[in-house]
Amino acid sequence: MGLVEIGIVLIKAVVVFACMLLCVAYLTWLERKVLGHMQVRCGPLRVGWHGLLQPIADGIKLLFKEDIVVSSANTFIYILSPMIVTGAAFAAIAVVPFGDQIEILGKKIALNIADVDIGVLYIFALSSLSVYGITLAGWSSNSKYALLGGLRSAAQMISYELPMGLSIIGVLMLSGSLRPVDIVESQDVWYIVKQPIGFLIFLICGFAECNRNPFDLPEAENELVAGFHVEYSSMKFALFFMAEYAHMIVLSALVATLFLGGWRGPVLPGVVWFMLKVFALLFFFVWVRATYPRFRYDQLMKFGWKVLFPVSLLNILVTGLGMVLWG
Amino acid sequence: MEQVLFWICGVVSIVFAVMMILKRNPVHSALCLIVVFLCLAVSYLLLGAEFLAAVQVIVYAGAIMVLFLFVIMLLNLDDEVHSPGKPRMALIAGSSIGSGLILLFLLTGGVFKALSGTRGAEKVVAGNTQAVAELLFTKYLLPFEVTSILLLAAIIGAIVLAGKKG
Repeated sequence: MGLVEIGIVLIKAVVVFACMLLCVAYLTWLERKVLGHMQVRCGPLRVGWHGLLQPIADGIKLLFKEDIVVSSANTFIYILSPMIVTGAAFAAIAVVPFGDQIEILGKKIALNIADVDIGVLYIFALSSLSVYGITLAGWSSNSKYALLGGLRSAAQMISYELPMGLSIIGVLMLSGSLRPVDIVESQDVWYIVKQPIGFLIFLICGFAECNRNPFDLPEAENELVAGFHVEYSSMKFALFFMAEYAHMIVLSALVATLFLGGWRGPVLPGVVWFMLKVFALLFFFVWVRATYPRFRYDQLMKFGWKVLFPVSLLNILVTGLGMVLWG
Repeated sequence: MEQVLFWICGVVSIVFAVMMILKRNPVHSALCLIVVFLCLAVSYLLLGAEFLAAVQVIVYAGAIMVLFLFVIMLLNLDDEVHSPGKPRMALIAGSSIGSGLILLFLLTGGVFKALSGTRGAEKVVAGNTQAVAELLFTKYLLPFEVTSILLLAAIIGAIVLAGKKG
């Protein structure tokens, strides 16, 4: 690999990271705005035009708040866990393709940071590691609410990772590859058409993986105060928040890549299509939050193991049958 | 480059494996074990076995160790209570067993090296995902299925054991 290639990869990484940070910041604005309007309120309005500068104000506020480390906490792990969560969430975007190859100055540039053969598995591996951040945050804070939140998140994420992994096997069977670029290129018809059940299961499990409503039991405000991050303040708290939103973005990007044809679409350039799809999914995330109440814990477990898991297995079977019959 | 990475990862994994045994706090031990697993995954990557590396992280680091942590946290284990044995005796016994094991590894390593001229031919194939899948579903189909039945038996055994109490 020459210097030019290394430079290109570095530039791509920096640009994508900056975009992610910006998106995370403005996703908080979007969420508050959309939630507000859905509940017949205005949402943030004072800072900037229609509250557009609110995320920046929030960021500055969080940076300058007192950084509390609980005296009875396990300090090293207490500090380590927000880093794990954020690192895992942001690193996952590296293998997602934003668009088709483009040519700049006669050089072909692929619009993803890393073109990995096992890209889909890479994202799954990272998201399985981010559980540790949340679980350990709960444990190391040495507080009963945080511990309960951490335990819940561990149980929830294990239960929903399984059907999530199984739900995309249909897509992988159809495309015959684990490489995100190959999967997008094999979608002449979007996989949401061929794999509607897989899509639904993946989306539901995605909500659970992000700890989003209706699966936000690890941080249920009204029973656990704030769950695993109850003892965190200042920027460490902000890191958990950023990780949650980054996780949502990665998940939306993954859904767009696996089921909605990635960057492909008529007329508009690929990157625009990709952004549109991701934005639509993010809006859906917020919409669901405004609509549904929270699950009870036993309902959540029962739903994961007794409904999603068998259905996703059945989906694989049906996909296989279909491929043999109509292949 | 590969050599350097291999040595870093090897040293880190050995250090954390030893720390896992020495730590008094079970959660810290579990964390050390996770680091060892991650180092193993990197070693797989260095050998060109991407699929194995990803599965190593997803299954061992991601699922099994989360369950370990879950149980440790659920039982709320405190620091391990000092066992009333004789630490010096344990130290001597441990170090002698350890050095014996190292000697054994060195010996077997030598034997393998002597044999590798005759037998090292078929290991190169199992690199990427497709090669692994092909081998699993053709040559190693029987062991693969037998392993799954073994796991099924373990699951049923666990359910029976758990069911008796309740």
